[in-house]
Amino acid sequence: MAELHVLQDQTFGATKRRDAWWAEIIPVIIVLGGFGLYATFRAFEGKFYQCWDLGIPYLSPFYSPLIDAQHHWWHWSPALLILGGPLSFRATCYYYRKAYYRAFFLDPPSCAVNDRGHKSYKGETAFPFILQNLHRYAFYLALIFLAFLWYDAVCAFDWNGHFGIGVGTLIMTVNVILLSLYSFSCHSWRHLIGGKLECFSCSAASSARGSGWRFTSMLNERHMLFAWLSLFSVGLTDFYIRMVSAGVITDIKIF
Amino acid sequence: MAEATLNIFRGDSTNGKRVDYKVDVTPGMVVLDALHAIQGHQAPDLAVRWNCKAGKCGSCSAEVNGRPRLTCKTRMDSLPLDRPITVSPMKTFPVIKDLVTDVSWNYAVNKKITPFTPKKDTDWKMYQQDIDRVQEFRKCIECFLCQNVCHVLRDHDVKDKFGGPRFFVRAASLEMHPLDVADRVPMIKEELGIGYCNITKCCTEVCPEEIHITDNAIIPLKERVVDEYYDPILRIVRKITGAKKA
Ligand code: SF4
Ligand code: SF4
Ligand code: FES
Ligand code: FES
Repeated sequence: MAELHVLQDQTFGATKRRDAWWAEIIPVIIVLGGFGLYATFRAFEGKFYQCWDLGIPYLSPFYSPLIDAQHHWWHWSPALLILGGPLSFRATCYYYRKAYYRAFFLDPPSCAVNDRGHKSYKGETAFPFILQNLHRYAFYLALIFLAFLWYDAVCAFDWNGHFGIGVGTLIMTVNVILLSLYSFSCHSWRHLIGGKLECFSCSAASSARGSGWRFTSMLNERHMLFAWLSLFSVGLTDFYIRMVSAGVITDIKIF
Repeated sequence: MAEATLNIFRGDSTNGKRVDYKVDVTPGMVVLDALHAIQGHQAPDLAVRWNCKAGKCGSCSAEVNGRPRLTCKTRMDSLPLDRPITVSPMKTFPVIKDLVTDVSWNYAVNKKITPFTPKKDTDWKMYQQDIDRVQEFRKCIECFLCQNVCHVLRDHDVKDKFGGPRFFVRAASLEMHPLDVADRVPMIKEELGIGYCNITKCCTEVCPEEIHITDNAIIPLKERVVDEYYDPILRIVRKITGAKKA
């Protein structure tokens, strides 16, 4: 179709669109970029991740599960040991892929806006993006992390053996609920639970999986929403715990 | 009566220019009506493909103010009239004349897809819960707007390696059909080149039938390709059990 290209502007970013198409990617650049910087800083900081020393049962989600906090064999921040799990889940998520391919790789910058048109484009057929095909393994890993975060949220109700609720308890609980909604609205999960079947009515097992698929599909329609809400909640949960742990703010005990 | 200026591409694949035409905007007018008004009174040789004027035949696809649209479903009162409205042919396909493009490449891709293949002596009974998914894909009107906007075809022009979203919709409608027994996954990976899609969803954004192309067709097919080609555990399970699918 080379002939047509003579007639249409092929330069990068060219479009006949009149709307502010770039307004879609700027928030993504700011929020994902900002979160990336904050998470990196916090992962390397290696302190202010728990409030146990203050008698408050909070642990930051960036540091859970907490491994070798006493530095017996690992001399750096314990967050660095576990960061790969949640990071790989988000990085290979079908929704975030769309968001960062558009916002950071400009491939394409927006619909009907020229991308670089490079002939070397391989999409997800070659390294490194071919690894996106392993997203379901990142999902399996995410389930393990989710179990730890639920455990942490339950522990946040345990104030030295007594039931209690602080502002942080509520924040941690909302966070783990949003993370669960994000995880169980995953496209790979939707496939595994039942999407891969051709027939839902063929047996009792396939019928049950069909119900699971329909429920997951309902969540999956809101996957983008859960992706952003859980990103904010995980960042805010860590930020709150850091502030309490560093003594900048005092946690309010509600109950 | 309001007046609109339409800035229309006139020419073919080798040569072309943009020409301004003025039209009176009547109530309920769509871009296709405006093109017909121009054809009727100012430029009888203006080439426009159309058929139903009801958003159902998929013939009148073009780019209006840079956005891939059915011209018969784009109302003039939805467009700002202070500047000329640009109307261009679909960028991804060669122009035959003016707004008419040669979309025959799509029919060649379509032929690569194994048609519906029921098993021998099929019991033709189907349950709604099994065909819900497929029905969405059957809404496709083959307007090829999704093919036009997909950057893999539009900008990278890898038509020899990539089939495009319309054909993932068709492949999905067959792969998920409860009575179909053919395995199209190798074809979806190798010949339709699903890996080239980076799920950036422009196809979904432009589909006039509001088919969730990326979420309901492409991603589920990508997962099926993962089952057969990339998932190491399923590979081992298939080796041990001897099953073709796991
Ligand atoms: S989601 Fe895939 S098929 Fe659809 S427009 Fe984007 S790259 Fe093309
Ligand atoms: S999937 Fe939608 S956009 Fe693509 S050809 Fe069919 S109706 Fe048109
Ligand atoms: S977590 Fe987004 S698709 Fe799996
Ligand atoms: S003329 Fe049939 S879809 Fe527009």
